[in-house]
Amino acid sequence: MEIAIISGKGGTGKSSISAAFATLQNEIVLTDCDVDAANLYLLFNPVCGEEYAFVSGQKAVINQEKCDSCGVCIDYCRFDAIVEKDHKITVLETLCDGCVLCSRICPREAICIVNEDKSRMYAGYFQNGRMVYGRLAPGEENSGRLVNLVREKAKQIAKESGIPNIIIDGPPGIGCPVISTITGVDAVVIVTEPTMSGLHDLKRTLEITAGFKLHTSVIINKFDINTDMTSRIETYCYQNGIQVIGKLPFDPLIVEAMVNCQSITDYAPDSDISKLIRNTYSKIITV
Amino acid sequence: MNSKTKIAIASGKGGTGKTFISTNLFNVLQKRDFNIALVDCDAEEPNDREFLSGELQYTHKVTQKVPVIDESKCTYCGKCKEYCNYNAIFFLKDTKMIKVLDELCHGCGACSVACNDNAIIEKDDLLGSVSQYGVSTNSALIEARMNVGVYSPVNVIKHAIKETVGFDLVLLDSPPGTSCPFIQTVATADYVVLVTEPTPFGLSDLMQSVDTLKSMGKSYGVIINRAGLGNNDIYDYLQLENIPLLMTVPFDKRIAVSYSNGELLTNLYPDWDVKFNQLYDTIIEQYGNSNN
Ligand code: SF4
Ligand code: SF4
Ligand code: SF4
Ligand code: SF4
Repeated sequence: MEIAIISGKGGTGKSSISAAFATLQNEIVLTDCDVDAANLYLLFNPVCGEEYAFVSGQKAVINQEKCDSCGVCIDYCRFDAIVEKDHKITVLETLCDGCVLCSRICPREAICIVNEDKSRMYAGYFQNGRMVYGRLAPGEENSGRLVNLVREKAKQIAKESGIPNIIIDGPPGIGCPVISTITGVDAVVIVTEPTMSGLHDLKRTLEITAGFKLHTSVIINKFDINTDMTSRIETYCYQNGIQVIGKLPFDPLIVEAMVNCQSITDYAPDSDISKLIRNTYSKIITV
Repeated sequence: MNSKTKIAIASGKGGTGKTFISTNLFNVLQKRDFNIALVDCDAEEPNDREFLSGELQYTHKVTQKVPVIDESKCTYCGKCKEYCNYNAIFFLKDTKMIKVLDELCHGCGACSVACNDNAIIEKDDLLGSVSQYGVSTNSALIEARMNVGVYSPVNVIKHAIKETVGFDLVLLDSPPGTSCPFIQTVATADYVVLVTEPTPFGLSDLMQSVDTLKSMGKSYGVIINRAGLGNNDIYDYLQLENIPLLMTVPFDKRIAVSYSNGELLTNLYPDWDVKFNQLYDTIIEQYGNSNN
């Protein structure tokens, strides 16, 4: 089965929990879809035999030798990405959306379009099986499409090697990359924390999963930081028919494990927190 | 600092305490009666408002132009599909089937240019909203809020930043990461404050943010949050790279509890009020240095 671990905001401990889940069995495909801040490879140091370039989009570049500064392209660009600077017409790279319209209408054919291809996808092996992850280059867009590629690759590996479970560490937010991460998975686990922001983000995230009719459950991380808020989250989940499958206390061991580049369940297998995590995982796997 | 200074508060990933820093810094400065706006640019999950109360002053809808095809005029030539670089037009010539997929459309206008038969008109499609809340007579919170499932928060963020023209000092609570929304936000800033944690994840994300800001030619400093948890690698890195450390925030249950209740630390504890005032002075000093 394909299990996606997501959270409204980052920093809820999603990656630590994904890492723990990934090291609870011997054969797994671990997939890092937080392509904007892929982190799990830091913990597991996978040996990656495969690397793929990903074209995330395109950008316009003006050939100054051909351009006669007529300014037509400035009027057509809806992203305010073309400006006149020092008597030269130039494209502001950060604003260009890559729609290619300017290049189509330039009367002097002075605009060429270049691919943005610095983003990467990697596939390889780690201690508990296989690992696939994507890294979006700074400033590049289209992380949703990169997420799709990463998931495709993970599914292909799982099928070819007969590995039953795929764990996906998802991106934060409620946008395109999250939707790409959860579309068609078998279970979604939302990691939240007992804060006002946590509850608020949880509601927004549940809006999305409800739309997809996915099997969704919730883990409240660091629940003991604010037990009132924890009850509020539990009540909210109960009222909306969402199961809270785990409440994990704040434990400095989690950070210690991370600093030692291990999952918590490897670093301190007999600790209470590891037991709780194992227990939580078994509830996901048995749905 | 002269008027119209923009300070962005950013981090390589979410959850490092960006909102905590932004709201508390804003709070001490609004108490000093600065003419200041805090813009919540984390349009996917805006939550600065949970920490600041204020009266709604306006809400503007943010829209983009999306094409509508008038099939009575369409000749099914397919030129619009050819022009669309986002696969947002679904077209089957044989069955005369044509449809705009609104959720993929970036509103670039290329299809309208392509169509020779005047078959394309445009309608407004809602992307999100920008709202301003007056926190005091001189200060306001401006919130960018993207609708669920929109392809990118960038348009909403840009609109929110445009609303700050009347303010002397602007704080931008940036979206997490280093992709497009982050770049669009910090591109407008004079100084960037990066918030991170002393863990391997924190360091890796910080290095990526620093590389990005360097390539953009921005000046920046770092705040280490939850100091004491984790290890010292991050301090070594800052020293090696000569990056100013603006403040460290120790891990403290008081902070976690006040944050979880939606309360501002600087309203609860005078020592933190002093620290955030000092943070502002340090930023100004660093900004001045980097400008000389
Ligand atoms: S339309 Fe072409 S020739 Fe005219 S300003 Fe733009 S790039 Fe130059
Ligand atoms: S490709 Fe599109 S967004 Fe980029 S400069 Fe040309 S018209 Fe503007
Ligand atoms: S406006 Fe641009 S993105 Fe939208 S359908 Fe037309 S060509 Fe495609
Ligand atoms: S370009 Fe105009 S006429 Fe041709 S298929 Fe598109 S809408 Fe129809």
